Amino acid sequence: MKGELGLKKIFNSFNKNGHKIEKTPYLYLSPTLILMAVLLIIPIFMILRYSFFDNVIINKNPVFVGFQNYINVLTDPDFIVAAKNTLFFVSVSVIAHLVIGLFFAMLLNTDYLGEKTKGIFRVIYALPWMFTASVIAILWKMMLNPHGIINYLLQVGNLASTNIAWLSSRSFALMAVTLINIWAGYPFYMISILAGLQGISGDLYEAAAIDGATPVKQFFYITLPQLKPILISLLTLDFVWTIQQFALIWLTTGGGPINATETFSTYIYKQAFSRYQYSQASASAGIVLFICTILAIFYARQQKART
Amino acid sequence: MAGNILIIKKRGNINLSMILSAKYNYNHLEVEVMLSIRKGMVVLVVLAVLFSMSGTGFAQNVSLEFQQWWGVELPEGELRDIADGYTEETGIEIELLSNPYADTRDQISAGAATGTMADVVGLDGSWVYDFAVQGSIADLSELMEADGYDDSQLSDQIRVNGDTYMIPVANFAYPMFVNLDLLEEAGITELPETRSEFIAAAEAVTEKTGAYGWIIPLSTSTPSGIQNNFMGWLWASGGSMLENGRPNLVGNDKLIETVEFQKELFDKNLVSPGVYAMTESDMVEEFANGRVAFMIDSLAHLTTLRRGETDLNMAMMKVPTMDGYNGESGIGVANWGIGVASNTEHKAESMDFIEYLMSPEVNSRIAVAANAFPGNVNAEPEYKGADPLFLDAFEIYKDSYAINEFTGLPTSEQLMRDFAENLQLYLEGDYDSADEMLAVIEDEWEKAFE
Repeated sequence: MKGELGLKKIFNSFNKNGHKIEKTPYLYLSPTLILMAVLLIIPIFMILRYSFFDNVIINKNPVFVGFQNYINVLTDPDFIVAAKNTLFFVSVSVIAHLVIGLFFAMLLNTDYLGEKTKGIFRVIYALPWMFTASVIAILWKMMLNPHGIINYLLQVGNLASTNIAWLSSRSFALMAVTLINIWAGYPFYMISILAGLQGISGDLYEAAAIDGATPVKQFFYITLPQLKPILISLLTLDFVWTIQQFALIWLTTGGGPINATETFSTYIYKQAFSRYQYSQASASAGIVLFICTILAIFYARQQKART
Repeated sequence: MAGNILIIKKRGNINLSMILSAKYNYNHLEVEVMLSIRKGMVVLVVLAVLFSMSGTGFAQNVSLEFQQWWGVELPEGELRDIADGYTEETGIEIELLSNPYADTRDQISAGAATGTMADVVGLDGSWVYDFAVQGSIADLSELMEADGYDDSQLSDQIRVNGDTYMIPVANFAYPMFVNLDLLEEAGITELPETRSEFIAAAEAVTEKTGAYGWIIPLSTSTPSGIQNNFMGWLWASGGSMLENGRPNLVGNDKLIETVEFQKELFDKNLVSPGVYAMTESDMVEEFANGRVAFMIDSLAHLTTLRRGETDLNMAMMKVPTMDGYNGESGIGVANWGIGVASNTEHKAESMDFIEYLMSPEVNSRIAVAANAFPGNVNAEPEYKGADPLFLDAFEIYKDSYAINEFTGLPTSEQLMRDFAENLQLYLEGDYDSADEMLAVIEDEWEKAFE
């Protein structure tokens, strides 16, 4: 008991205004705070620090170079290509995830299907989310192979006359990896939106029906507004995840052919682990972090406005 | 405990001064021994008494991490068994960190960047320069000299600025694999020896069988296809991409002819489609499925091709040479190399483990198990029961000179990637001539050599 009081004395003090400052909560939070510092804050700080020096790690005595690495990266034609490809990859993926996820979620929420049928389709639609990136990459590489099933089906259906090398064609590769990413990512939207749909009160739809609202109007004036908080969270998270997507692209095309599927993540990887330009890689990572931070601020403001 | 002292005497590889300068932890009391060589013998006697009293020994306190991709490619349990042999002999525990090649490479690169590399690491020749310059792998010349190790028994040493950083444990040749059934179906009775004969054979296969004549993996994620599958053609005709250790691409007639030869194969649609995103394993899969007649590949994949239900009727042949070339042919090789991390606290023990792996008996065992050629010139692997195709390849290997010009080059993998990207552009018609393409690549390569 005495010890407990002593501990309280140590961790409780008073501020200038005489208000008691509770320190005990910080003690309980400390394991999490230490973990976050070690796993998140220190690495981010190190990366940002690296980005202001000439080649760190390789150079044992790196010199401070200010924003030179950022200038080098932003004027690198390969980075510009990576930025364009990333923009296409992220925007198409995020929009498609939303549309497909919403569509499937509404299908699974319908009253016209039995519970058993809905259960089966829930499992089928959610399957892509269960696979790891390497499994997805192998699966799609086999399907998109010039001798694979997709080319076979296209030829059987008279939609193509020759075998198309989807992943090694400069014209198709970016679309192909985007398609793979869409397939791999929509179930997260579907499951989250389904949970949101099940939380919308049926009274709203009943009242709207009595007022003569059509299903389309119900969708735009009830469903979408009710789902808005979930959709904003999903879009933000998906943007951040997709901009960082590395494994799928690396395992399917490696950023090629030439630089047709080069994105921020593959560009950073090559700078670090192929060219051993760790400072340039850090500067590129800093730019991506900046973009993601802007989005995170937008997200935080949205959430704050809601509450 | 006398056994522990015996170990030190018997192996005689652990350098005395290193023993004396090492820190020993005995009964929670850290004894830091920093004595001169003159006092060495006295200390050794003291240590001997301490060890004999304790029942624990110098070697038994040490555990080495050995990170490599070999364990995955060797028959199951083989590397574990070899490592256990070392533990039995010395008491030093070996912890194997075995992952596929690409994962190992990434983990070693990350370890190099953060100073957390495993004690002993499997190395590919293309990584050596960068890790050596970075200071993340140790100078083996020093360690060998300190041990009095006779390096004349090594088939090769990969050096950077005159110092050895990697020792090849096993060498893998890259001969040409042939699908004889496809050749028979195409009416080809003789294996091609020149490039024009090769084009004729590839044309016949592509026209008459529904398969393709040639395949070359040009994925930029793992651009080793440039080293193993493209340059193999150049080296087979006695060509070189370097001059005095620096890039020699522009105006290199043999290289230009090799580039144009590949373009001809592509233009005539004799190459399996989808090669721009194809890795070596994809290529092997295409060959194993009978969709291509010729490929240049590592002998290490012979086991893969023999595994399972495959009933491929295969043969091995030399890579065809330029028409009219009568000189000696080079054959591409890749190594399972080994090195020591700079950050290890057990450099002497790590070197001792390498010497164990390079001993003629153990090295022979690795070579046989891996379908490779030994890194120790005194090793006499027993290939008698080996696959006949392996023996054919061994004959081709003996009849050629081993070459891999990418080994030990700066940012070697990036050099291959630069080549692969520009070769793709050339094959797509973005360059007017091979020399124009080579000039762009040479500019890129020169930056790495600056």
